Amino acid sequence: MSGWSLIRLYTIAVYLFLFLPVAAVVLLSFNSSQFGSFPMEGLSLRWFVRLWENDAIVRAFRVSILLGALTAVISTVTGILAAIALVRYRFPGKGAVTTLLIAPLLIPEVVLAVALLLFLRWLHLPKSFALLVLGHVIFTLPFVVLVVQARLVAIKPEYEEAALSLGANPVQTFFAVTLPLLLPAVLAGMLFAFTMSFDDITGTMFWKPGGVETVPTQIFAMLRNSISPEINALGTVMIAFTILLPLLGMAIARKMAVHRR
Amino acid sequence: MSDQAYTARPWILLSPALGAVTFLLAVPVLFIIIYSFWLRSAAGAEIPGFFLDNWKEVFSDAFYRDILFSTLRIAVITTVFCALLGYVPAYFVAMSQTQFKALLLLLLILPFWISYIIRTMSWINILGASGALNRTLIYFGLIAEPVQFLYNEGAVILGLVHFLLPFMVLNVFVSIDGIDRNLLDASRSLGASGFQSFREVTLPLSLPGLAAGGLLCFVLSAGTYITPLILGGPRDAMFANLVFEAIITQLNWPLGSALSIVLLVVLGAIVTVYNRLAGLGQIAKSFG
Repeated sequence: MSGWSLIRLYTIAVYLFLFLPVAAVVLLSFNSSQFGSFPMEGLSLRWFVRLWENDAIVRAFRVSILLGALTAVISTVTGILAAIALVRYRFPGKGAVTTLLIAPLLIPEVVLAVALLLFLRWLHLPKSFALLVLGHVIFTLPFVVLVVQARLVAIKPEYEEAALSLGANPVQTFFAVTLPLLLPAVLAGMLFAFTMSFDDITGTMFWKPGGVETVPTQIFAMLRNSISPEINALGTVMIAFTILLPLLGMAIARKMAVHRR
Repeated sequence: MSDQAYTARPWILLSPALGAVTFLLAVPVLFIIIYSFWLRSAAGAEIPGFFLDNWKEVFSDAFYRDILFSTLRIAVITTVFCALLGYVPAYFVAMSQTQFKALLLLLLILPFWISYIIRTMSWINILGASGALNRTLIYFGLIAEPVQFLYNEGAVILGLVHFLLPFMVLNVFVSIDGIDRNLLDASRSLGASGFQSFREVTLPLSLPGLAAGGLLCFVLSAGTYITPLILGGPRDAMFANLVFEAIITQLNWPLGSALSIVLLVVLGAIVTVYNRLAGLGQIAKSFG
């Protein structure tokens, strides 16, 4: 066997390692057996119906979607403004500012969670939905800044200079020139922030007020009992949600890129 | 446009982001340093002041030290496995010239989008008492009774490797994909064998990606508490579990603060050493 086919075999094995457990979750969610385990007894959608009828789960989905959407919007707007400053302007202390903006990436999320929680407690602010949003914004922000920055570097400043020299003011220039060119990165950043927020459990377990559950914390609570077919069904819905959304986003971005050419 | 407006503009653009990082991160982190010197009375009230009690407890109790070491050990093992499992697929995808390259790359990125908790709990379906592995072994008559594969350190490491492998693969892929192919052709034309040209050209040039992936795997695994809660047993707590215990369960915020700082300083030291040696810029490349 040649070296390359060994490498191919190794690669296939690693892909299987990555995807087989996930495939098992999807497969088992369609299992009609009342135990959440193999063997498959027959195909059924009953666990998905059961999910839909479970108020706690439906509520958790609403919380997660609202939280993700707010996080995505706030993080992206904040991140775009910061990325423009970092890429398009020269100013003293730029290196320090960059490091500071990337810092949430380098600090373990547990520490970030504790720090923010205790600080707000010290200010006598109780745990709230707003705390969740703020927490999610701070840990998604560096990713948005990095994604937008990478794209902005590739957009020539000449386009903006042309608009400015033709009499557009900086705000007009941003909306007419920079933003359309930046749109794929904006969408990517928003999706990034949304899925990170939708997935998060490490910080959320610290920040969530009593009685409020997001989808991941709801799954975590359900795991305390035992693995049930309902959890597998919930997992399948979540997998579909978090995979389809980015794929959709990528498709839109690609279509727009083709359009522009 | 006056000069003054021009110099002020980047700061105006930066103000929301800097405000967020300052008030949601920098100030709170300084605050937990202060908090760690407070005291928690037996009645559960906090006493502000400058007490060294929490720090004495953290540094004198062997319990904390043992868990810190076992956390670092788990993080090292996880990182090594990620490197061993991740390098080859990254190399394969970067070097492959088939029309499936884009698809293969998409498949590498896909696990990032699949929920962490789903991927972690998916192992229960595989390793659990009535999981796929036990069923298969019983079916083939290799075991009579289900074996407990879950709730031990091995299961925790397995879950972490499964979670962090894509970080490694992506970082290595970016660095191998960025290598100028002419260098490889040059080495071959100078008489190097395929393996020699890998060892002398590809491998050294991919080391920054390997190091960046390794750093991410290490830091992320050393800071986790969810994986041990789901896949580990009662004795498999990692350091972040102690923080979670102290803050959420025992409501002992001063002690929780001190423990958080220990985690921050230990991991921060590792990130700083890495930054000195390799620079953090490499990690940003994966976002390009």
